[in-house]
Amino acid sequence: MRRIISMLMENEPGALSRVVGLFSQRGYNIETLNVAPTDDATLSRLTLTTVGTDLHIEKLTKQLNKLVDVVKLVDLTEGAHIERDMMLIKIRATGAAREEVKRVTDIFRGQIVDVSPNVYTIQLSGTSDKLDSFVAAMAEADILEVVRSGVAGISRGEKVLSL
Amino acid sequence: MELLSGGEMIARALEDEGVEYIFGYPGGAVLHIYDALFKDCKVPHILVRHEQAATHAADGYARATGKPGVVLVTSGPGATNAITGIATAYMDSIPMVVLSGQVQSHLIGEDAFQETDMIGISRPIVKHSFMVKRTEDLPQMIKKAFYIASTGRPGPVVIDIPKDLTRPDEKFEYNYPKSVKMRSYSPAQRGHTGQIKKAAKMLLGAKRPMIYAGGGVIQGDGSELLTQLARELNYPVTNTLMGLGAYPGSDRQFLGMLGMHGLYEANMAMHHSDCILAVGARFDDRVTNTVDKFCPGAKVIHIDIDPATISKIVMADIPIVGPVQSVLTELLGQITLLREKDSALPDESALDRWWQQIEEWRSAHGLFTGRRYGQSDLIMPQQVIESLYRVTDGDAYVTSDVGQHQMFAAQYYPFDEPRRWINSGGLGTMGFGLPAAMGVKLAFPDMEVACVTGEGSIQMNIQELSTCKQYKTAVKIINLRNNYLGMVKQWQDMQYEGRYAMSTYEDSLPDFVKLMEAYGHVGIQVDKLDDLEGAMKEAFALKDKLVFLDVIIDPMEHVYPMHIAPNGSMKDMWLSKNERT
Repeated sequence: MRRIISMLMENEPGALSRVVGLFSQRGYNIETLNVAPTDDATLSRLTLTTVGTDLHIEKLTKQLNKLVDVVKLVDLTEGAHIERDMMLIKIRATGAAREEVKRVTDIFRGQIVDVSPNVYTIQLSGTSDKLDSFVAAMAEADILEVVRSGVAGISRGEKVLSL
Repeated sequence: MELLSGGEMIARALEDEGVEYIFGYPGGAVLHIYDALFKDCKVPHILVRHEQAATHAADGYARATGKPGVVLVTSGPGATNAITGIATAYMDSIPMVVLSGQVQSHLIGEDAFQETDMIGISRPIVKHSFMVKRTEDLPQMIKKAFYIASTGRPGPVVIDIPKDLTRPDEKFEYNYPKSVKMRSYSPAQRGHTGQIKKAAKMLLGAKRPMIYAGGGVIQGDGSELLTQLARELNYPVTNTLMGLGAYPGSDRQFLGMLGMHGLYEANMAMHHSDCILAVGARFDDRVTNTVDKFCPGAKVIHIDIDPATISKIVMADIPIVGPVQSVLTELLGQITLLREKDSALPDESALDRWWQQIEEWRSAHGLFTGRRYGQSDLIMPQQVIESLYRVTDGDAYVTSDVGQHQMFAAQYYPFDEPRRWINSGGLGTMGFGLPAAMGVKLAFPDMEVACVTGEGSIQMNIQELSTCKQYKTAVKIINLRNNYLGMVKQWQDMQYEGRYAMSTYEDSLPDFVKLMEAYGHVGIQVDKLDDLEGAMKEAFALKDKLVFLDVIIDPMEHVYPMHIAPNGSMKDMWLSKNERT
């Protein structure tokens, strides 16, 4: 099962490499990874997605919790949550495709953020599924470049991941 | 408030931390630190001959005393040479603080002379590491390093120190913190009472109980409590390779080591048990054999300070995270309460039957003594360990290297006390024994320290004979010499039809007796059983001398029992070359 694991870690040099290193060291896969500072300059928020059985994920979260730089950790998929992945995608938009690309972008509530005579650059955010669907819907078009932020996530309601 | 340079801060912090020895080797990036140590530091520094030995010596010191071992090495090759020893300590959860020099801050990343990314290289084999960015942070970081290394599940911590931060002309306020608190690190202080209650109940309800205790019991100073628990209930105990000495080895309730080369009765009892109390053990693959077939009828209670160890390999029915002392104390209390309520607990008649069964196993295939193969008149390796045991009254610190000799020592030298058996269990590091013995001997100069080794392992850190000369560390080296890499040969005999690929030295071994003389030590060679005991006594009678006892043994001997793998269970063992369960 796909999991979204989100953690607060010390904003120290080397902290990220410890988290990432643990995955290769223990034979786990990271599908997406997203990391940035928070409102508290001493903390970074790292969110990653991975796939594994319950047992697998339990072992993984225990190992992550053991890292001295990891302050707090949550498996967002255990409860109601919001996830967002952001994509910038460049698509060749010439001839008949130009109108079609715009139409599909509108359907997905994407925004065209840059335009050149031959190319649209589209920004789209949502769940990873939605972004995958968009890419699939563009299968006929000529996709030139895809950039995704990786999943960022947060729990719904009152629940917060903080110190 | 005092003003100190970075180098002086390190010297002072090590004093303030109560460090007894620094094991190290100087070099460019740590010269300011060494100068500070030279000028004013009460902590003696032991100059090894190779950085790997510094880490093993610090490790041996730590295992024997329970206090963190301290290592100081330079950047680049000094740091990389320390890696094997750091990994050794990591695998066995040994507290250690490694200070490594680094090139000057402005050169980092420029492939400077003797630059290596020590933080990066050591990352997977440390509990934590620090890169010092500002000299002012040094005292705090050193305090944190000792705190992290020695609390919770212990382990090695690296502090990487760029040379410019230790320069003598830049001084800062020095104030060594008395304590340290970290928001991201707080090891469990006690176990969950509800879980402990459940465990007490399950344990008392067992009909075929086993106590399976590992190195965590020794690290957590829980041996006395464990012994009390086992004796109170009259339950059988087995120890892992790392846990030997956690329960008195010569006691009737002790079934010996378990696992790949564990004793028949220990492995059989584990397999047939209905309730296993695992304490400070981690179900290592050298213990479990095939995990799917591991102890099929047993409920598992698992006590460990490290939550990540519990249910990592074998699912625990009752997991308890906490320090061994506090958990066992509480468990004993709960057991007493339950027995006050119901004096019929545990089921004595079931326990009697269980002990009867164990005694049957014990008498059927217990530890082999005496000559196994009549045709050979060579000394058997087991006889050497038995002789060592007799001559030292079972009261020595015994370090070992890795291989057949290690297993013979583990099987044939019953340790009645914790911290006496010092070996590289997890990583299996050849070359560990001699430097570790140095560390132990420095910690306990009045105690006998023996290093059981083989001619393969000893040559991996033989340069330390020179360190032993310099510091007069009179350890006794017992070399079980079969002229092969014995354990490799054993596997080649068993699985490769005796094709000894690179496991023989042909005629290349040194004359160890002459070699010892060259280093200023004493070498004695023995090849007859009748001479063995006398030579062993002579070696230990030479109190102030390092003595190397070169014992020529039967090269064809194998270590048994041996788990049958792959696909075997705990009870599937070779008992000799031609006999199996």
